Order: sequence, then structure tokens, then C-alpha cells
Amino acid sequence: MITLSDVHKSFGDNHVLRGVNLHVERGTSMVIIGGSGTGKSIAIKTILGLVIPEQGTITVDGQDVTQTGDRDAFLARFGMLFQGAALFDSLPVWQNVAFRLLRGSLARPRDEAREVAIEKLRRVGLTPDVADRLPAELSGGMQKRVGLARAIAAEPEIIFFDEPTTGLDPIMAGVINDLIREIVTEMGATTMTITHDMTSVRTIADNVAMLHGGKIRWTGPVADIDAAQDPYVDQFIHGRAEGPIETVR
Amino acid sequence: MRFLGAIGRTTLGILAAIGRVGLFFGAAVTHLVRPPFYPREFALALLHIGWLSLPVVGLTAIFTGGALALQIYAGGARFNAEAVVPQIVAIGMVRELGPVLVGLMIAARVTSSIAAEIATMKVTEQIDALVTLSTHPMKYLTVPRVLAATLVVPLLVAVGDVIGIFGGYAVATGTLGFNAAAYIQNTVDFLELRDITSSLAKGAVFGCIAALMGCYFGMNSGRGAQGVGRATKGSVEAAAVLILAANFVLTGVFFSL
Repeated sequence: MITLSDVHKSFGDNHVLRGVNLHVERGTSMVIIGGSGTGKSIAIKTILGLVIPEQGTITVDGQDVTQTGDRDAFLARFGMLFQGAALFDSLPVWQNVAFRLLRGSLARPRDEAREVAIEKLRRVGLTPDVADRLPAELSGGMQKRVGLARAIAAEPEIIFFDEPTTGLDPIMAGVINDLIREIVTEMGATTMTITHDMTSVRTIADNVAMLHGGKIRWTGPVADIDAAQDPYVDQFIHGRAEGPIETVR
Repeated sequence: MRFLGAIGRTTLGILAAIGRVGLFFGAAVTHLVRPPFYPREFALALLHIGWLSLPVVGLTAIFTGGALALQIYAGGARFNAEAVVPQIVAIGMVRELGPVLVGLMIAARVTSSIAAEIATMKVTEQIDALVTLSTHPMKYLTVPRVLAATLVVPLLVAVGDVIGIFGGYAVATGTLGFNAAAYIQNTVDFLELRDITSSLAKGAVFGCIAALMGCYFGMNSGRGAQGVGRATKGSVEAAAVLILAANFVLTGVFFSL
């Protein structure tokens, strides 16, 4: 469904992506692992057109993402949970969740959009009294849940999760991991998740890809990761300071 | 040679910056006429830029008008021309001080606020989130603010002009011994339509500059708190300098040609 072929991206002298090749099948959950600053978020942002690669092609259902024509319709297929939730500070929680349902091609009447938002908030374990609060009044875990509710509000077919558990305590991280797995299973969505958290990997992933040195170092089913004969993968999944991955970056 | 190289690089840098701002403004104008439109964002921008700026505009204008009356009276007394206070306060406020001071106060209050808000949105990935939610940041953030500022700052200038003249009137009639009715009559008689239209036109241009600079610097902010700080500082500096430069050009257009 999603295919990245020989994708390159640099920022000045920093060659972040040096020929990324990756394929994600429809209805599967791909988790991208790798150290900080290895370009995992950039890889996802190239698919959405938030970052333009210098070289290579990216296709969704065989269609080049740079030739989508109706960009709104293309983006309406996606939902994304950002690392810091990226909620709009000036809008109450329900308007954040229903943002897409209040404007543009998917616009619905205000009351209906609010009902959908409250239902999605319930789905991520938040009560309706949260709906009228501002994002700044919520804890980090609650903000992540609101971000998750916003990502699934318009029931997209492709969802990206950028470090969904970073900054959360282990229990809240477990809650978010379970929520993502449940939601993805019931929606049948295709997902890509970026994480450093191996608990997330084992909970969320069908397939795993490790990004290192600007390329996909290893990819395979999550069940095979422990048996991967790759010293980089082995060092990463066991969190060892010693190994081929330089710890001072 | 090194000196010449530095001049060349600086000149190219300035021209490139003018080009980038010009393209940004052009993009804002094209989005202005293409749907979707965001009336709620426009209404909020009118409220923040217009209504909530009234106190600072009013206070600036009244003190300036009062001080102007005192200065003209003291200066005029050197050649027995104290009686020109109403006329000079009116022309000074309406032609120059009203629009320029309101423009600078808007640069301080509104440009900085827009730049800091949009830069923070950029740093916290809210701009990226807008894009993923099929919402163009230029349409949603820039167009409502620039349009609102262009329309509402002339009204603020008009309010500032009136309050500034009132400041001069209050000082002149309260402490300098001017007759109230004669002061008002002299003011009304002396002002021409051109004075008022130039004042409002300057307001529109200054409002557009103030909001545009806030949006441009916010959208092009660097990373982190330092990036937000630099964007805010740069936006206010650019807006203030451009407002003063535009004032010079517009004064030339209205009164010298």
C-alpha cells in the first residue's frame, strides 16, 4: 500500500535519509525503530508531503504522492498522532478532535461533529467533561489520548503514530499501546509507528523496520526480531551501550 | 575586496529577503480569493487586533495629543504664534502621529503576538498537524490575520486621531486658556479630506505590514524557545522599520506629488 523507494533527504550537510526502501502492506502495522536523529519522523513526513525528498519516489496505492491532484482528498485518507500531541492551544478539546469535521470537505453540522468528538474521546478513555477544557489544562497522557482521538476522528485508512509513548509513565504508555492496538484492529487501518520503546514495538507491530545510517537496516515480522542476525538490531532491542551503534551522536 | 564582498553579500541577502516576503504576500493574496474561507478565524483576528488594541491606542493618542499641544504652544510663543495650536495638533495627529504611533503600537502588540503564536505552533508541530488535517496554514493562519489587520487598523487610526485631537483640546482649553468652541471650529475648518484619507490609507498599509511580518516570521521560525524569541524580535523590528519607511513613501505620494 505504502512504498518508499530510494528516498533521500538532506538538511544542509546532514544527510538524514540516504536511500530508504520500505513497503507497508494494507491493513498491517509497521513500526519503525532506530536511534534519535536517524530520520524516522522525516521518513513519515515525506509520505505526507510535509518534507519534500530530494530523490526517490513514494507511492500510496501505486500513486506517486507528489502527483495526487486533489491534496485535501489525499490527506483526508491519513490521520497522525504527533510526538507532543500538537493540539491546537486556542481550541477546546472537542474542537481539536473534530477539527476535520468542522471544516473542509468532511465538514458536518457543529452538533454532530461534537457528538463524534465525544464518542472518540470515550473510545480513548476520556470522559465528556474533558471536551470543553483547553489542551493546556490536561496532563501529558490525556493530551496524547486527545491526539489519538483526533487522529482517528475522521476514520482514516492510514494512521501514523510518532513516538506515541514518549514522555509517559510506564502504565500510561501501556494504556496508549493497548489503545492503539485495539483501535487499529477494529478500524482495519494501515499504520506506521515510530518508537524507541520496545514494549510498544511488541504490542503494536505486525512488522518492524530498523532505520540506521539513513537506510533501512533490517525489516521483518515482529516475531523474528529477537532472532534477527543483525548486530545493530540486537544492540537496539537490548538497549546495550556496547555495539556497532555509536552511543555519542 | 573583503569589504566589497561583505557589501555584496548584505545586498543580496536583503534582496533575497524582500523576494521571500514578496512571495509570501503574493501567496497570501491568492489564498484570500480561493475557498475555503475561515470566517471564525477572521472574526477572532478582528477582535484581537481591533477591539482589544483600543485601550493602548487610546492612551498613546491622548498623551501624544496633549504633549503636542504643550510643545506647539511653547514653540509658537517664541514668535507670537500660540494661536496655531488647534490647527497644528489636528494636522500633526491626522497626517503623521496618529497613523505612525498606532502602526508602531500595533507592531509592538499585534505583530509580536502573531509571530510568537505562529512560531510556537511551528515548533510544537501544530502547523504540520494543520496540514495533515487538510487545512492550509496560509489560509487558516495568515489570510484572516492580514485581512483583519488591513481592515481594522484604519479604524484604530481614526479613533487614535480623534482621541489625539481631544488630548490637545483638553490641554489647550484646560491649561492654556483656549476657548473650547473656537478650538473645535479651528480644527474642523483646517482639516482637509486629503488629510483624513491619507491617514486611513496609511492605517491600512501599516496594518497589512504588521500582520504580514508577524505571520512571515512566525512561519519561518527556527527551532526551540530561541527560535520563537528570534522570530518575535525580528518580526517587530521588520514591522517597525517597514511602517516608518512606508510612512515616508505614502507621505510623499499624498502630499508632495
